[in-house]
Amino acid sequence: MTQAKTLFEKVWNKHIVKPETDTTPAVLYIDLHLVHEVTSPQAFTVLRERGLKVRRPDQTLGTMDHSTPTTPRNAQGIIPILDSMAVKQLDIFTQNCNDFGIPMYSLGTENQGIVHVIGPEQGFTQPGMTIVCGDSHTSTHGAFGALAFGIGTSEVAHVLSTQTLLQYKPKTMAVTVDGQLAAGVTAKDIILAVIAKIGIGGGTGHVFEYRGSAIRSLNMEGRMTVCNMSIEGGARAGMVAPDDITIEYVSGRPYAPKGDAWDDAVAAWRQLPSDEGATYDQEIVLDANMLPPMITYGTNPGMGMMIDSAVPDPMDFADVNERMALDKALTYMGLQPNQPLLGKKIDVVFLGSCTNSRISDLRLAAKMIDGRKVSDDVRMMVVPGSQLVKKQAEAEGLHEIFKAAGAEWREAGCSMCIAMNGDQLSPGQYAVSTSNRNFEGRQGKGGRTFLASPLTAVASAVNGVVSDPREMQMPEMA
Amino acid sequence: MKPIKKFTGKIAPLPINDIDTDQIIPARFLKTTDKQGLGKQAFFDWRYEADGSDKADFVLNQPQYQEASVLIAGNNFGCGSSREHAPWALQGMGWQAVVSTEFADIFRSNSLKNGLLPIIVDEETQAQLISLAEEDPETLVTIDLESQTLHLPDGRKVKFPIDSFSKECLLKGVDQLGYLLDLEADITAYEESNTKRVNTHG
Repeated sequence: MTQAKTLFEKVWNKHIVKPETDTTPAVLYIDLHLVHEVTSPQAFTVLRERGLKVRRPDQTLGTMDHSTPTTPRNAQGIIPILDSMAVKQLDIFTQNCNDFGIPMYSLGTENQGIVHVIGPEQGFTQPGMTIVCGDSHTSTHGAFGALAFGIGTSEVAHVLSTQTLLQYKPKTMAVTVDGQLAAGVTAKDIILAVIAKIGIGGGTGHVFEYRGSAIRSLNMEGRMTVCNMSIEGGARAGMVAPDDITIEYVSGRPYAPKGDAWDDAVAAWRQLPSDEGATYDQEIVLDANMLPPMITYGTNPGMGMMIDSAVPDPMDFADVNERMALDKALTYMGLQPNQPLLGKKIDVVFLGSCTNSRISDLRLAAKMIDGRKVSDDVRMMVVPGSQLVKKQAEAEGLHEIFKAAGAEWREAGCSMCIAMNGDQLSPGQYAVSTSNRNFEGRQGKGGRTFLASPLTAVASAVNGVVSDPREMQMPEMA
Repeated sequence: MKPIKKFTGKIAPLPINDIDTDQIIPARFLKTTDKQGLGKQAFFDWRYEADGSDKADFVLNQPQYQEASVLIAGNNFGCGSSREHAPWALQGMGWQAVVSTEFADIFRSNSLKNGLLPIIVDEETQAQLISLAEEDPETLVTIDLESQTLHLPDGRKVKFPIDSFSKECLLKGVDQLGYLLDLEADITAYEESNTKRVNTHG
């Protein structure tokens, strides 16, 4: 009898070009390499210096997202870029993609968007694949049962020139979430709760497999939200086994297999879920039934809590390093120990990022904000994840709902999640953000971020203070 | 890359847990297309006042640590983004090694590819090094890559882990890409025996 294998092991084994030895890591084949303007230029320089080609430009895709502005188009339909360094970086990216034959979606064109939104949207992201990108949120694509992880720029050069990576086999952690989410609680709250439980380094060296009835009940975009933040728990990758929901989502997308190839692919994907009896190096369990909306209070995503609880007190921590870390975080955040966050005045609400900028996020948020107004004291930015998400939202009239509420409707990109493109907080400002990182200065120097779900973001925007979405009359959940 | 075998340097303390890559180098400096010149931007928001002058209370700005080359950090160093600009910036600032109890996976991988040594030690050794750095900034430690040991002034030699492949590359001063380029035949064989899963050319 063959040994029971996990989803991760099946994908890993299928991609081994050369197995690990005592002196060398495994050589892993990469099916899809996504590149963007920020982490690729120095890799292309390596190729040019050594006279190398891109081995598989037909398995590589470029898009502009990180340093691009999301300001509305001018009268000529162009998105103006005011930052000369961004202009130069984008020009070099265009040149590199052209010179090496890599298809690329440039700013403002039909398919452009955040790299982790466009891969799934176009059907490039498929179950069982290996996918890498010079971006730690590449874990997003694991929602399809792909092994997907972020790499550094040296590794970008490795994949460009050889389509392979040197990797040691990571450990596995089963993250089992059973039960049914209450109204007002979303996929984002699941992953914030997981990270709060294990801490920001809790998954280091591991690949997560998200399992259980609460995960199975999520649509693909919810699963992407969960997998997206695996890295915030220290795991390079997070995966969900493919099922009917996955196959339905991939079906008919532009780059999905067609005809007989589709039938063959689906048959192979059906074999991917972890075998009965497969074992994991670690396992954690979360009860979805009991889960309230979550929010972060500190300066890393592990510093999260139930939205109706109070900020922890450093004095309650026995470990001196943990006490100091919390004390430092609260000082930066301008918060007191034991202070509730509900009712805390905020300045900005950011709805967007590779975590929560897909059409289902926008639909949910629009439904909640419809007929309501953003507080006069709050700036609310809505940034769709891609041009196609934007187009779809506009076809459904969602942009009118957001605009009527007083929110800004912007162009696609990473925007205020990374604050290197003009969208940023001012020093001291508080934001409720649907993005993935609350590190010091992440959303702008001196800015303070509370990470939360799109529903919590909308409730907070309307009230002008951190708010529990369960207190606001809920839209009917899809 | 220059081969790394053994070096001796002064130590500096940065005893903060979970130092993320946004602190090591803020995202707004990632619009560069070069690897050089990032040292000035390392720890930028901790290091400088709004007017560009040094923040006096930031430990690494203190005069006694200006010659240090081994950074003694808190737990879980380098979490967050995949930006290789983090090790480039640390090297540009003069660091040859960072000591912690744990490193984030991508940061550790990036560092090893650039010759910035991520040295993993136990909490006791970490605490001892932080005390030494704070009490006597002239303290020297030696890092011997060949024997994978960190030599403390009290004569103790602390073994640290490093994978044998990265170690060989660092000792020889070669990058890891050369090894992969030599596997051309294996890669072609893999491609010929496996169905291509996606075609971005349509």
